[in-house]
Amino acid sequence: MVEEAKVVLLGSGFSMFGMRAKIALAEKGIKYEYMEEDLANKSPLLQEMNPIHKKIPVLIHHGRPICESLIIVEYIDMVWPNNSPLLPSDPYHKAQARFWADFVDLKVYHASRRVWISKGDEQEVAKKDFLESLKQLEEFLGDKPYFGGDTFGFVDVALIPFYCWFYSYETFGNFKVEAECPKLISWAKRCMQRESVSETLADEKEVYEGILDYKDKFMLN
Amino acid sequence: MGSEDVKLISFWVSPFAKRVEWALKLKGVEYEYIEEDIFNKSSLLLELNPVHKKVPVLVHGHKPIAESFIILEYIDETWNQYPLLPHHPYQRAHARFWAATAEEMLMEAAWIGMCTSGDDQENAVKAAREAMEKIEEEIKGKKFFGGENIGYLDIALGWIPYWTPVWEEVGSMQIIEPLRFPGITAWMTNFLNHPVIKDSLPPREDMLVYFHSRRKALSSSFQGRFKF
Repeated sequence: MVEEAKVVLLGSGFSMFGMRAKIALAEKGIKYEYMEEDLANKSPLLQEMNPIHKKIPVLIHHGRPICESLIIVEYIDMVWPNNSPLLPSDPYHKAQARFWADFVDLKVYHASRRVWISKGDEQEVAKKDFLESLKQLEEFLGDKPYFGGDTFGFVDVALIPFYCWFYSYETFGNFKVEAECPKLISWAKRCMQRESVSETLADEKEVYEGILDYKDKFMLN
Repeated sequence: MGSEDVKLISFWVSPFAKRVEWALKLKGVEYEYIEEDIFNKSSLLLELNPVHKKVPVLVHGHKPIAESFIILEYIDETWNQYPLLPHHPYQRAHARFWAATAEEMLMEAAWIGMCTSGDDQENAVKAAREAMEKIEEEIKGKKFFGGENIGYLDIALGWIPYWTPVWEEVGSMQIIEPLRFPGITAWMTNFLNHPVIKDSLPPREDMLVYFHSRRKALSSSFQGRFKF
């Protein structure tokens, strides 16, 4: 019998990127050691494993690091293909999945950050961009239960961690995602019924408190 | 598989679009090249890539695929000859990481260096050289990033040997120092000498004219971008 090589995940706090890796590992039923990083005081391990960016998440497998959350999820999907395949098998649908996961990083993430960081006119623009990006995703989702169709997959993993941040964006920005994107909220609730998601996503009020804390410590009013 | 017609919506001087051409040519895939004027976008482009409205777009049997790295992976998965990505999951992750990292760190800095002057340019060049240092570590001892043959990462970084010297000239700056980056310098020669690459490059003079006009148009856009 071959012993399973040790799997370690470096993550931090409420990072939606770390959550992607956790969800993928949970979907596959992989046992791993989770190490919480203090990003204000990065461990020697993190600095050794991700010397270029010094960011989390980092997956360490067979002693070697894999960095960047979507690259990590693809790695997990390839190494453990049997449970819960996350990417479709045909190249075109795979390309579509990668496109929309990439879209989450390019559009949703950056706009969402501006929503909780900025104020006034800048914040209004951020809100508009954020909701616009969600509407585009909602359009791609259509009437499908998940982004890839009938089964939970790559784009779902890429986007669902943001759901526990929605409360914060809504509170800082004074709006409701459900009012603009009801289908997306239904999709999110459907995902939350999966143990891999419900066990991984942080409590939305804790995320909000965390942001208030961060703003207090690191940002001028 | 792959017998349906292939079209590439492209722009002659786009380094992103060129990647796709290289991949198709290396695999010997026949395609129709469609030139797009990115300053006057066609309804075809807006229909095929409504989300980003950018080139390149690959159309395979009426199915559009956008974003150059995603297109490269699609091409590699659809046409099996001349594999571009490594087979091993770790090596694949490694190649993808470096393609994304070079894009984020080097390309942006080099572009901003080309468009700016003074302190702004100095900071951009510094950032670009730091990124180059890291890439130098990756090429050490290898003919190509892919080993003996051109691979995914060579294609992803393939803009460096031809576009960077043009940007350097337009911006009156230097990013690639041969003595400091001997591995990259050697790789650049190997890459540009490859028959598929050599015959696909846009004319240097035309590129200089084009990028001079871009520098003029964008010079005020990047002030204060890099802070050290």
